[in-house]
Amino acid sequence: MTEHKHEPVPYRTFIQIWLALLVLTGVTIAVSRVNLGALNVWVALAVASVKSSLVIFYFMHLRQESRLFKICLLVMLVILAIFIGMTFIDVLYR
Amino acid sequence: MSIEHRDDTGDRFGMWLFLYTEVILFSGLFILYAMALAKFPQQYAEASHKLNIYFGSINTIVLLTSSLTIALAVSAIQMGRVKHCLNLCWVTVALAILFLVNKYFEWSAEISHGIYPGSEQLAEMGEGVTSFFNLYYFTAGLHGLHVLIGASLIGVVAVLTAKGKVTSDRYTLLENSALYWHLVDLVWIFLFPLYYLIL
Repeated sequence: MTEHKHEPVPYRTFIQIWLALLVLTGVTIAVSRVNLGALNVWVALAVASVKSSLVIFYFMHLRQESRLFKICLLVMLVILAIFIGMTFIDVLYR
Repeated sequence: MSIEHRDDTGDRFGMWLFLYTEVILFSGLFILYAMALAKFPQQYAEASHKLNIYFGSINTIVLLTSSLTIALAVSAIQMGRVKHCLNLCWVTVALAILFLVNKYFEWSAEISHGIYPGSEQLAEMGEGVTSFFNLYYFTAGLHGLHVLIGASLIGVVAVLTAKGKVTSDRYTLLENSALYWHLVDLVWIFLFPLYYLIL
């Protein structure tokens, strides 16, 4: 089996992603200072999820990896959702 | 003639699997947090205001930047720019140390205000606030431990790179250390808004 190597990601791409991450951090801080009630936590989680995707797909090169890597990420997220969902069902309907 | 067995993709895949177990480890703490937040929303907001948002924000910027430098280091080694790669690795280690120094000052200030697990002053602030700070110290502490491990790994890899053991032809060690470092960043991306920014 031949090892297929990743093309090096140009410096510029990473710097753009970094700038996007800084902007999103600013957004999280700004939004958190406005009282939206329970929505605050959801906005914070949504922005954090976008930031994570940028880190996972670009910084961690997931974009360049084979489908197996991506399916495994999905499997992990589903397990996590079950883990969180089951705990909430238990706590809320006790 | 020796035949060398080598599977870079397999090595990376193993690292990813390990990182998933790390996510599950931290998610346990985040679930505890979610349960307690649902139970004590007021006290959690009150406790969150006691945290220093400036320390939190600066550390966020420090970690995001260190994630950039280690990602650049991987690109540098792929392009054969060893000198670049080494500099970027050491900048990452320096940023990790900066993060821990910030954490030291932050925690010192909090502890001097009587906020630490098991403190009587903390117990007087009520159940919710106590639970917030217990979780805060545990999660941030576990995260800090990961920062320490990640920075040590990157330091070791930098030395190996300088010795010519990590090259533009085989750099999986650097890549996997970088993956670990990005995980540290990922955990902080969630930790920061949840602990520091509740209104």
